[in-house]
Amino acid sequence: MIWAGVLVASVACYGLKLAGLSLPQRWLQDPRIQRTVPLIPIVLLASLVATQTFSTGQHLVLDVRAGALAVAVVAVVLRAPFLVVVAAAAATAALLRLL
Amino acid sequence: MAADRAILRDALGIAIASGAYAISFGAISTAAGLSLLQTCTLSVLMFTGASQFALVGVLGAGGSVWAGAATAALLGSRNALYGVRLSSLLKVGGRRRLAAAHFVIDETTAMAIARDDPTLSRYAFWATGLALFVLWNLGTLAGALATHAVSNPKVLGLDAAPPAAFLALLAPRLRAREPLAIAIAAAVVAIAVLPFVPAGVPLLVVALLVTLFGVFRR
Repeated sequence: MIWAGVLVASVACYGLKLAGLSLPQRWLQDPRIQRTVPLIPIVLLASLVATQTFSTGQHLVLDVRAGALAVAVVAVVLRAPFLVVVAAAAATAALLRLL
Repeated sequence: MAADRAILRDALGIAIASGAYAISFGAISTAAGLSLLQTCTLSVLMFTGASQFALVGVLGAGGSVWAGAATAALLGSRNALYGVRLSSLLKVGGRRRLAAAHFVIDETTAMAIARDDPTLSRYAFWATGLALFVLWNLGTLAGALATHAVSNPKVLGLDAAPPAAFLALLAPRLRAREPLAIAIAAAVVAIAVLPFVPAGVPLLVVALLVTLFGVFRR
């Protein structure tokens, strides 16, 4: 099942890239599309941050991941490189578990 | 020539930064339960970072692979708009277009549209795309192999890594007040519906709502 999802999602992502290069320009220049599509990554990434920090399965939980996220927020505000943000969050969670 | 060299230097800088970011993708994907081959296949075939992180993030959080795949595809929709901007610059057809499409991502678009001369735009696109593709895949392999050697990724805090990765991807898109407000609203809605729907589905609810918002607002 994982393989099927990996392959279908990969083909879909490639299809979207190819569609942008291939479809008549005016189709994708519709103002509704132009203003909606850039919002999609914003809401999905924000939702991923929230749900993956504060839940396990269908349950809302508050654990060391919240502390890790707080550290990540500080790192992002300080404009730390990507890997530093991720490593700082992981290290925070690991340390908090040791306490 | 000096312009070519400057582009090549920028492209390598971006590719090296992305390679580091791919290390975290390889690690997170492996910790989420994907095999080495599945992880590397994503970086070769999907080759668009946010979508890859979303797919493995949803799977790692216990969501279904189809909720993950749908989220990945939705995140990939922005690449279609990049393609629209790039098509007039690249002027590619046939087989070259099939190859170029694979490289239509945030970084290559930013590099290509930043040039005034179309020849330099094309050079920037291909140089960034090729360098990034190589280092992205090497980074993925390195991260996956390293994590493979660890029996319990939770000890390394790797379960806390995906939200940080998503935050780092989100931050550059929040430089104005409206996107910030929309992001906070989305996070609140996702948390509110989470107890009532299967894992991964809150993301699709939020995507649907923002699409309605975008299409119907004046």
